Amino acid sequence: MQLPTHWRRRGTFVLVVLCLLLTGCSSALLDPKGQIGVEQRSLILTSFGLMLIVVIPVIVMTLLFGWRYRRSNSVAKYLPDWAHSNAIEAAVWTVPCLIIAVLAFLTFKPSHSLDPHKPIEGSVEPMEIQAVALDWKWLFIYPEQGIASVNELAFPVDTPVRFRVSSGSVMNAFFIPRLGSQIYAMAGMDNDVHLIADEEGVYPGRSTNYSGAGFSGMTFDAHVTSPAEFDAWVENVRTADDTLTFPDGYEALAQPTEYHPVEYFSAVTPELYESIVSSFHGGEGSGHGGHSSHGDANSEGHDSHGESSELESASASQQQAAIGHVTNQPAGDDHAMGGHSTSVEAGG
Amino acid sequence: MFGKLTLEAIPYHEPIIMVVAVFMAIGGAALLGALTYYRKWGWLWNEWFTSVDHKKLGIMYFVVALVMLLRGFADAIMMRTQLAMAAGGAAGYLPPEHYDQIFTAHGVIMIFFVAMPMVIGLMNLVVPLQIGARDVAFPFLNNLSFWLCAVSAILVNISLVVGEFDKTGWLAYAALSGIEFSPGVGVDYWIWALQISGIGTTLTGINFFVTILKMRTKGMTLFRMPIFTWTSLCANVLIIASFPILTATIALLTLDRYFGMHFFTNDFGGNMMMYVNLIWAWGHPEVYILILPAFGVFSEVIATFARKRLFGYKTMVWATVAITLLSFIVWLHHFFTMGAGANVNAFFGIMTMIIAIPTGVKVFNWLFTIFRGSLELTSPVLWTLGFIITFTLGGMTGVMLALPAANFVLHNSLFGIAHFHNVIIGGVVFGMMAGLTYWFPKAFGFTLSEKWGKRSFWCWFIGFYVAFMPLYELSFFGAVRRMQSYANPEWQPWMILAWVGAVIIMMGIACTIIQFWVSIRDRKLNADLTGDPWDGRTLEWSTSSPAPFYNFARSPEVGDIDSFWSQKQRSNEQLDDAPYTNIHMPRNTVAGPVISFVALILGFAMVWHIWWLAAFGALGVVVSFIARVFNEDIDYYVPAAEVARIEREHEKRKTSAPSSAASDREQTNYVEARA
Repeated sequence: MQLPTHWRRRGTFVLVVLCLLLTGCSSALLDPKGQIGVEQRSLILTSFGLMLIVVIPVIVMTLLFGWRYRRSNSVAKYLPDWAHSNAIEAAVWTVPCLIIAVLAFLTFKPSHSLDPHKPIEGSVEPMEIQAVALDWKWLFIYPEQGIASVNELAFPVDTPVRFRVSSGSVMNAFFIPRLGSQIYAMAGMDNDVHLIADEEGVYPGRSTNYSGAGFSGMTFDAHVTSPAEFDAWVENVRTADDTLTFPDGYEALAQPTEYHPVEYFSAVTPELYESIVSSFHGGEGSGHGGHSSHGDANSEGHDSHGESSELESASASQQQAAIGHVTNQPAGDDHAMGGHSTSVEAGG
Repeated sequence: MFGKLTLEAIPYHEPIIMVVAVFMAIGGAALLGALTYYRKWGWLWNEWFTSVDHKKLGIMYFVVALVMLLRGFADAIMMRTQLAMAAGGAAGYLPPEHYDQIFTAHGVIMIFFVAMPMVIGLMNLVVPLQIGARDVAFPFLNNLSFWLCAVSAILVNISLVVGEFDKTGWLAYAALSGIEFSPGVGVDYWIWALQISGIGTTLTGINFFVTILKMRTKGMTLFRMPIFTWTSLCANVLIIASFPILTATIALLTLDRYFGMHFFTNDFGGNMMMYVNLIWAWGHPEVYILILPAFGVFSEVIATFARKRLFGYKTMVWATVAITLLSFIVWLHHFFTMGAGANVNAFFGIMTMIIAIPTGVKVFNWLFTIFRGSLELTSPVLWTLGFIITFTLGGMTGVMLALPAANFVLHNSLFGIAHFHNVIIGGVVFGMMAGLTYWFPKAFGFTLSEKWGKRSFWCWFIGFYVAFMPLYELSFFGAVRRMQSYANPEWQPWMILAWVGAVIIMMGIACTIIQFWVSIRDRKLNADLTGDPWDGRTLEWSTSSPAPFYNFARSPEVGDIDSFWSQKQRSNEQLDDAPYTNIHMPRNTVAGPVISFVALILGFAMVWHIWWLAAFGALGVVVSFIARVFNEDIDYYVPAAEVARIEREHEKRKTSAPSSAASDREQTNYVEARA
């Protein structure tokens, strides 16, 4: 794949132009605004182009053979017992094998380079945002800023963002099409996806995994701004009257609502995200069960964190993220999430 | 007394449902009235419902499938209409709680009660004939399998007017399907409908596996079997290996919902990821259960109508076997976005792509069967050519979805919807339509109207592209599946276009209905007197049409692949004059319908927590099964003289062909004689 790189680029370019002509610039996947999305677009187009090597001949052959060897055509050769040819057999096995070999290579490399859990290398210090899917809205927690918002997201341009994604309800998926990869949000699981935006703008995001009646309205806008504007946004959120406490405020917010308006919380209970995740790790060991007993299970989980301050925990997680490939590691210490994160790594 | 069931369960306040219910009631009453008026109840019960004849069961499977196709398609067009309307803040005409039931019902019905009955129905109709057998290995189980499927379809339809159906999507992902988030009876309807029909399917799998391995006629080695039989064998291996996973998974979900257990819930260490893994460990092989027999149909159709041996028979077989094995190690590609590690994702992505190799080889083999053939462009051939083009495109988008890094942006979008309709309509539906047209004369003794068959094909073919290409497009805008409405008004033109496509498909379905009507009306003109209307290659064409209930008067003997074809080539061959012998046949049984009916009562009672009725149903199943076990009178002999009489009739008709007034009269006499 070394030599034809520029051909691939040129081919990709042609395909992009073709597709854009077809769809206009409103196509989120063909007109991405972040590095991850750009790489994914080129992967989609490269694989598309490669497969056309087989698909186009198949379609042409179908039409050609179907017409040429129609019964009413007395000119065409008819060999009723001709049913084997080593040369053709070899070709029809070899060509798909070769294409799949190339595609396998194309699969393996980006599976690693575009692994959602892999931190993005950037010139700017990465930041962390925690996304929690609720019925039916998104809660975004900014651990470094100590604020939270509902159904609105903001972060500075060119800054790698580690989204830690979990759910306070059923399974959802966190996705901003213009920026690339999505990831499942699952109760009790601490999942993550690393994204970056190269251009300022407002990009729609949503849950892609059906989660019940209010699913269609589970959308949000991601505001990608200059650092200064982001700081202004944070300050604006800090002026909000509401704060988000755990468990009471959270439980109230978690009540099912549809098309929930944007909401800001000027302060949140420290380690809110960790508390939400570990609230599902009750069970017989701790003597708490059921969804309704979150409060109890959580205050306990929260206590166990003891003295560790919100700031320490957040920076620890960032260091881990910066060091290398950290998959689903809990930011806090050793609560019950260890076992669960392993199962996420293993694909369940 | 009635558990959770009250009069409140009937959705009076839903005008759409009530109108549908009224129409269903009128239609049902008309049907029952007609049956009573024409005194057909006894005939229906004795000749059909209790029949263990694999051909009749195959026909009944198709009847169920076609009726459910209308229901499933009604759901589809309602969804498309909703999405064509609900743009930019508009609510459309279906509120989420109704829309969510509709897309769930559409998926469940189309897979379990349309595609599966069609595939199994075709296997029933064709496999025993192709291997020269008199019936399947376990005729009673075959009848039971059919009825378990039929009562499950009834249970799904009951949910339309009593209570509600599932609102969780066709695979009922936990934790959404748990009791906490779905407290209604919808998921329970889903559970019991799938559990009952799933057991029927498992029995079918065992039945046909044994049939194909043990009941082949003399000389038919495995590598002389017709390709449709091969693909059916592989599909049944998949059924045997995968359906128990479905049964167990649903049983665990049942324990969660009924006994407060926590296999898949959010709490107590319950893990929804386990549910997703288990359901797809069944779900992926399931799609190959559907597509493999369709591949078999195309192989038969293309060889017959090209009047040429299938190119690369052995390659075809080994490609099928390879797909069978590989289909069990790709399930994770349905959820790359769950967050597994890069190596896990890469492994499953590459395994998925490897399936494209044997599939691609099959496509080329079909093409090289046409090459140097003499292809008659009949409607089954059109379905086949349309399949090759459409399925290849669907395979391509499938490989794109199998790239984990690309899947991260395509997953759960309309791309996935477009992809699997691309392969299921292009593959399974086209295959079943081709198979239905191809084998229809073997089941009924007359061919279907070609004119209306071709019209149906063009409507489906064009309609498919108009309906689903916009969905590929929309997925690039970020549109996801299962949305009841969307904010972006730019999507609406594409949604309207997709609706137009669905209407064109509806015209295709209408063409098929007209095709049946016209063909039944002209059945004497289109009568198949020889039993071999297409100049066929395999054994089923060597017997009369419709095939006699014992299939073959003398067990055929097979010398090579396409044995019947080569026998026809050796035209100077001496006709077999061996005397007819008595034929051993299974007796009809009431056990299948009875067991299934009490299973329906059990399922309904469990849905509504009517425990005493459930106990009655469970006991009824056990008692009626035991009663059947102790019934010794399950078989009989057809006297040789009777066989000789039936065969003489067939010979007489054969010599009278081509059709004349005389033969028409004889045909009538023959039909009367049989009735």
